[in-house]
Amino acid sequence: MFKELKTAILTFLILTIITGIFYPLFITGVSKVFFRSQANGSLIYRNGKPIGSSLIGQSFDDPKYFWPRPSATSPSSFNAASSSGSNLGPSNPALAETIKNRVKVYKAADPNNNNPVPIDLVTSSASGLDPHISLAGAYYQAPRVARLRNLPLDIVRTIILQHTNKRFLSVLGEPVVNVLELNLALDEYKK
Amino acid sequence: MTLNNIIQSVIFLATLLLLVKPLGIYMARIYEGKPAGLNVWFAPVERWIYRLSAIRPEISMSWKTYAFAMMLFNVLGIIVVYALQRLQAHLLLNPMLMPAVPADLAFNTAVSFATNTNWQSYGGETTLSYLTQMLGLTVQNFVSAATGMAILVALIRGFVQKQIDTIGNFWVDLVRSTLYILLPLAIILSLVLVSQGVVQTFEPSAKVSLLQPTKGADGNEITEQVITLGPAASQVAIKQLGTNGGGFFNVNSAHPLENPTPLSNFLEVLSILIISAALCYTFGFMVRDTRQGWAILAAMVIIFVPCLYCCIYFEQKGNPLLADAGVNQKATAFQPGGNMEGKESRFGIVDSAIWATATTAASNGSVNSMHDSFMPLSGMIPMWLMQLGEVIFGGVGSGLYGMIAFVIIAVFISGLMIGRTPEYLGKKIESYEMKMAAIVILIPPIVVLAGTAVSVILPQAKAAILNPGPHGFSEVLYAFSSAGNNNGSAFAGLSTNNLYYNIALGLAMFFARYLLAIPMLAVAGSLSKKKIVPPGQGTLPTHTPLFILFLVMIVLIVGALTFFPALALGPIVEHLTMTGGLR
Repeated sequence: MFKELKTAILTFLILTIITGIFYPLFITGVSKVFFRSQANGSLIYRNGKPIGSSLIGQSFDDPKYFWPRPSATSPSSFNAASSSGSNLGPSNPALAETIKNRVKVYKAADPNNNNPVPIDLVTSSASGLDPHISLAGAYYQAPRVARLRNLPLDIVRTIILQHTNKRFLSVLGEPVVNVLELNLALDEYKK
Repeated sequence: MTLNNIIQSVIFLATLLLLVKPLGIYMARIYEGKPAGLNVWFAPVERWIYRLSAIRPEISMSWKTYAFAMMLFNVLGIIVVYALQRLQAHLLLNPMLMPAVPADLAFNTAVSFATNTNWQSYGGETTLSYLTQMLGLTVQNFVSAATGMAILVALIRGFVQKQIDTIGNFWVDLVRSTLYILLPLAIILSLVLVSQGVVQTFEPSAKVSLLQPTKGADGNEITEQVITLGPAASQVAIKQLGTNGGGFFNVNSAHPLENPTPLSNFLEVLSILIISAALCYTFGFMVRDTRQGWAILAAMVIIFVPCLYCCIYFEQKGNPLLADAGVNQKATAFQPGGNMEGKESRFGIVDSAIWATATTAASNGSVNSMHDSFMPLSGMIPMWLMQLGEVIFGGVGSGLYGMIAFVIIAVFISGLMIGRTPEYLGKKIESYEMKMAAIVILIPPIVVLAGTAVSVILPQAKAAILNPGPHGFSEVLYAFSSAGNNNGSAFAGLSTNNLYYNIALGLAMFFARYLLAIPMLAVAGSLSKKKIVPPGQGTLPTHTPLFILFLVMIVLIVGALTFFPALALGPIVEHLTMTGGLR
């Protein structure tokens, strides 16, 4: 019995060193050489300063920017140090009410737009950090952004397409638009 | 259901089934000690491990010694993970200065990872230091999976061996599973994941300035965003492959830094099922009748596929309560539509539904969407797949040995129906095997139903519920279904990080793992002692479509009858009220 215990402890120790130390260090080392940017959070730099990650959404409520999907992180939205979904159940009255209020905000920001709001724009994402919106969500907001920036709608739609990720091999995933990159491109667009 | 929904799900299933045979053969050769590449090149390392740990690989153990070694190793794992969490404030690699984890939460997490459940009462990025994640959780991700595989291999030996008192060496099975199967697959997967954007660094969190400063909840202006980083990819790879499921981040594989692209998602969800599916082939290969392995795999697929399409269908249909909300839930070329609450836009409906079905069919429990926000019937699918006992693919090793318990029952019942001595693969199934199989099948439902019943009575347990009405009941039922079958996913609205749930769910996980593993080892020991009867006129073939269907029915009848009343009180009544059937 003591022999088994000794074996158990020693095996545990060795497997811990292999899988808990060597393995993560090896992956970190290889990543540092080959995938430096990705391994460190895919940060976007402007003038040498990090201004966001292309994989992490940011909060936007200024109507001249494209708005991201609602975020349920606390204490404030898009808290990238504490990811969280809303976990509201489908029959919870709070869910329908929240969604209706979000629809009102979209309608108020663009009263001339009578189309129904794409569902992803008014439902909170799983992570609370979703960097993307659907293409429908981007096209829905395009007239508002174009009007407030005095840009022709066609230009805004072109910029949207430039920041669209298509389905992988035209099959996997969903086509989406990266909101932060889109807004950056709009700010940097020279007429 | 859109065309793309169907194409994506078919690609997923086809890729999975194509990989079953090559990986299955590879694993069989590893366990049989035959040359298979890695075990030749790394044989010196393996021998070195045995020498250092005083393991004598040539010695085969009785089932009791095997079970003792397994329990010793697992309890040691629980103690170490517990200690790491309690002491992390004083240890290395804690750049975010995480304090000690409270005792009840540390207990829950330790049991959770040792039992291959990976229930998350903790929030990864807000609770644990990098050291705890690496030395505690990542290690357990490997060895808890390897433990399940070892038990399965011991059980397979029970069928293969003739009149032998022993079932193999636990330490050898453990080391080989880790070194030759889990580790190489994890290395490949982690590197691909990093290339997609999964983080892998020991740097502290990144601080970035926001493009548009916003107002926080307290009215102060927020100009910065703190992005939690860490050595995530190495942990994510093994938590997927080893059917563990415990995420590096709180929202698991819904987090863009844990699962950034459709490709990373495809590989992660494939990894959930790949080893469990391939082990069916390994089983057939090792008992020298691959038809037996395909038969069991077929039974799993027959249950899996309808569940998958049911889940996709109800999610894609969207929420009827939003009909007059001024929203567009229709699927078009520009949006996935459907029920997008708690889903990521890059995954949409179909990738979320495939994941939810796969992660609960296998006892993985990682998520890429919030199951709590699924429509009632599509949320019922994951819950029910767990309640079937995690045998539809199931955990690595544990899924197949659970399914073999169902096979034993099926063989026994069909034998009685046609008046023949029940036997499986030439081994007589007698009352001892039946008793053990019955224990394996009865313990999870007892844990799940008793735990749920107690929790909906206790006031402090009820206070943890987030959503009102039948959905709140579903949250509790889901929690115990998950813990009581070592899955680990959650209807996360339920706040389980409190004394009651941490202890109750911790015990549920412990019983559900070891009170199943030990009886299966007893079966292995008993089978190993028997002689092999050559198949004769009276033998019931166990690879025919008839038997596959019979096995499917046994699994469904046991699962359905046990849980139907509870499901009727939760998701079913919720669905009827929402769609107007009960108004």
